[in-house]
Amino acid sequence: MSGVPILSILVGLPLIAGIIALFQSANGARWNALITTLVSLGLGIWLWTAYVPDGPQWQFVEYHKLGGGIAWAMGIDGIALMLIMLTLFLMPICIGASWRAIEKRVPEYMASFLLMQALMIGVFTAQDLLLFYIFFEGGLIPMYLIIGIWGGGERIKASYKFFLYTLAGSVLMLIAMLAMIWTSGTTSIPELMAYDFAPNLQWWLWLAFFASFAVKMPMWPVHTWLPDAHVQAPTAGSVILAGVLLKMGGYGFIRFSLPMFPEASNEFIPFVYLLSGIAVVVTSLIALAQHDMKKLIAYSSVAHMAFVTFGLFAFNRQGIEGAMIVMLSHGLVSGALFLCVGVIYDRLHTREIARYGGLSDNMPKYALLFMVFTMASVGLPGTSGFVGEFLSLVGLYAVSSWAAIVATTGIILGACYMLYLYWRICYGKLVHADAAAMKDLSGREMWLLAPIAAAVLWMGVYPESFMRPMRADIGRLLERVERAKPAGDAQLAAGKPAPTQAHAEAH
Amino acid sequence: MNLAPILPELILTVGGIVLMMIAAFLGRRGSSLCSWASVALLIGSAVALIGQPQHAGELFGGQLVADGFGAFGKLIIYLCAAVAVVMAHNWFERDFEHGAEYPVLILFAAVGMSVMVSATSLVSLYVGVELNSLAAYVLASYRRTDDRSAEAGLKYFVLGALASGIMLYGISLLYGFTGTTQFEGVAASFARDGTQSIGLLFGLVFLLAGLAFKVSAVPFHMWTPDVYEGAPTPVTAFFASAPKVAAVLLGVRVCLDALGPAMDAWRQIMTFAALASILLGAVAAYGQSNIKRLLAYSSINNVGFALIGLVAGGPQGASSVLFYMAVYVVMTLGAFLCVQRMRGEDGEYIEAIDSLSGLSQTRPALAAGLAIFMFSLAGIPPMFGFWPKLMVFNAAVQEGLYALAVAGILGTVVGAYYYLRIVKVMYMDAPGQPFAKGQSRLEGLLIALAALVVSPLGYLLIGPLGEVTGRAAGSLF
Repeated sequence: MSGVPILSILVGLPLIAGIIALFQSANGARWNALITTLVSLGLGIWLWTAYVPDGPQWQFVEYHKLGGGIAWAMGIDGIALMLIMLTLFLMPICIGASWRAIEKRVPEYMASFLLMQALMIGVFTAQDLLLFYIFFEGGLIPMYLIIGIWGGGERIKASYKFFLYTLAGSVLMLIAMLAMIWTSGTTSIPELMAYDFAPNLQWWLWLAFFASFAVKMPMWPVHTWLPDAHVQAPTAGSVILAGVLLKMGGYGFIRFSLPMFPEASNEFIPFVYLLSGIAVVVTSLIALAQHDMKKLIAYSSVAHMAFVTFGLFAFNRQGIEGAMIVMLSHGLVSGALFLCVGVIYDRLHTREIARYGGLSDNMPKYALLFMVFTMASVGLPGTSGFVGEFLSLVGLYAVSSWAAIVATTGIILGACYMLYLYWRICYGKLVHADAAAMKDLSGREMWLLAPIAAAVLWMGVYPESFMRPMRADIGRLLERVERAKPAGDAQLAAGKPAPTQAHAEAH
Repeated sequence: MNLAPILPELILTVGGIVLMMIAAFLGRRGSSLCSWASVALLIGSAVALIGQPQHAGELFGGQLVADGFGAFGKLIIYLCAAVAVVMAHNWFERDFEHGAEYPVLILFAAVGMSVMVSATSLVSLYVGVELNSLAAYVLASYRRTDDRSAEAGLKYFVLGALASGIMLYGISLLYGFTGTTQFEGVAASFARDGTQSIGLLFGLVFLLAGLAFKVSAVPFHMWTPDVYEGAPTPVTAFFASAPKVAAVLLGVRVCLDALGPAMDAWRQIMTFAALASILLGAVAAYGQSNIKRLLAYSSINNVGFALIGLVAGGPQGASSVLFYMAVYVVMTLGAFLCVQRMRGEDGEYIEAIDSLSGLSQTRPALAAGLAIFMFSLAGIPPMFGFWPKLMVFNAAVQEGLYALAVAGILGTVVGAYYYLRIVKVMYMDAPGQPFAKGQSRLEGLLIALAALVVSPLGYLLIGPLGEVTGRAAGSLF
């Protein structure tokens, strides 16, 4: 590893570009943002190639003391790397999606997005507890502005709801962090991941962290901010919200709740399963009844995120790897779906499903790409959605058959609402004249959607590329939670490998 | 007697008397001279604080002490006072009032506050509070021709006198039951008799009630919104910063030094005051349409957080209070400097929150500055205002006061709403009548400086400021 502080650069570059953007003209800011995000993506690809999957757990480590108990400590493992890649991949697409759609106050808009990018990268790279919190909460400010300034009709209410909901969830985590710091005497996340807190303290700490991550995730019943925020946010805002911000909840569980409080996590398994189960079924049914495209996809996000919590709290390799793939896949797919909504919204300025229909006739390219993402969302084999959902279900089944049964219902319901949506928009007759007059995807829009489609298929066909960097880290996590692993009700094949091993040793 | 430790106070007192004469003889023409001279005096006194030993020992037979704690407080107070004078200078330019006495009054108030932060006896405590208050009453009603200002002064005076009376009554009880006015002696009595003595307990409660009035903690906060609204803006900025710092620091010294052994007794009172201030400051600000009233509630809210640090006690708690106040005054002065820029084309000052509508489009720099102050006051990271809040909660958690910390931090969520509302009005509403341009460059510079300090760049200050506050707090123990 070279001595280049690559992670600081990834945080600093968009920050500086964002400040510059404030002083630029509309077009200057657009190009600035596009070039910055593309350069960041390039740096990210370099980061991925330079990352050694079997190397030390924390790579590209940086450490500078700031005094007062906080340090500029950065470093990534494979899990963080994948989420960083997701962020960097989606950012240029977001800027591209806003190229024409955003016309007023462009410099401020681009600055907000660049700031957002810096903070998101910061969340995934921070190795200091308080630094993490600062990045984690800091993301509220640009997102609040993005929803509130460039959002739809009900934007003010949605922006307040987003901000206060998330803040209320997070502040308790701060108190828990302070308690952890006083108990363990360190703010370093890697050290805390190896620190054993007393079980009764774990219980409280877990709840405090859960409050924050569950809101962010979002889990039922604290998901109600999400549909509002998604519907009101501009297209690119929805993409970032669904693509990356929601992943912070899952990242939090995998980075904090599981390794730091394994016993408490075990104790709360039924609770998590209950909430996830309700989320899968209830929000899927709600999604089925939506008339607004964005709202439908927003509710489907809640349902998909429940697969993440299911998988994570299965405490086994399949479950956790599956959860990670669901996160990555959902980041791509839901982002792409919001872009698809954005494409037709830009033409007709309505998100009402009934105003469309028969688009496969006049927009064949659009219909094709939309189909790919719909299938990925449903979890068709060959797309990324299948890999993630299948793995988390396998993991889940080893722990609780009942939870697995409920979760599988969610997949069926997911197919229902997604196919129903696709049918209503793309099939049938072109009944509305204005919808029939819409042009197919422009070159710019193709450039936005095609890369995501490629990534979705890549992840579906050869998920190994994405699992490889995470494998060692998930292994470390599993070692850490081994002592709190639930027994599981199915007792799947647990006895079989053992005798063969003993047999082999006998020779 | 060695006068070196009280050099700053001497500079201010002598300078203040001389300037008063100048003001009296030169009249209106002397206003500029007096302003700049007093700024120079304040900065000179601040410089004189540098290099003072951590413990210069007791002065005047134990009435005052010159220590690191007091020096830190004085430093903040002098700088705030200097800013208040700078703000007022511009303000009086267009007003028809006689501006020369204003800086003199600020100087005398600063002397009073210096006495407050270095008092080690109940008598000097009272003298300091009164010296500051008398100047403050006059300042509040400085615009004689304005009804609101006169009303503010009168209200402040009547309620302040009542609070002083309550405090004096508490002091007399403490003196009667301990036989001494020295903090050490009072502490010794508490250590001996505990809070079994009903007289001591009453003395403690009355003394703290008086102090709570000065820091505008709930339930003694009712004067704050009216006075803040009515007083001229520079005066309000002054009230919200320097005297608040002085009173909070005085409270810290009284509670930790004089009432140290009675910690259980004052902790209950302060816990209530802290939580009630946070909550009321947050809830009552919801319906406000006047930005100065809103900032008044914001100051009540913020004092509540500072008091959490006091409740935690110990070196950690004391240093967190110092840290909190230091950052708080930057945010508050910055916000008031922005408020002072709210004036129409005709030069009339505007205080309605609605008039900020769409400010980000008409005056982007000003809007960005005010937004930074609002997010910072709300304690949202990555703004620096987050860190002092973290410090006080940290102190509370260290002491095991989890319930207090949780209640307090939930208060930040309640409070965040109205700070967000200002941002919403500025950034999300349609632009309204633009404010006048071409105002004082110096003020613009001060706004920019304050915004930089509370922006994420402020985190670079954590180390140095933390060390200074830690050392200052250490001199108490």
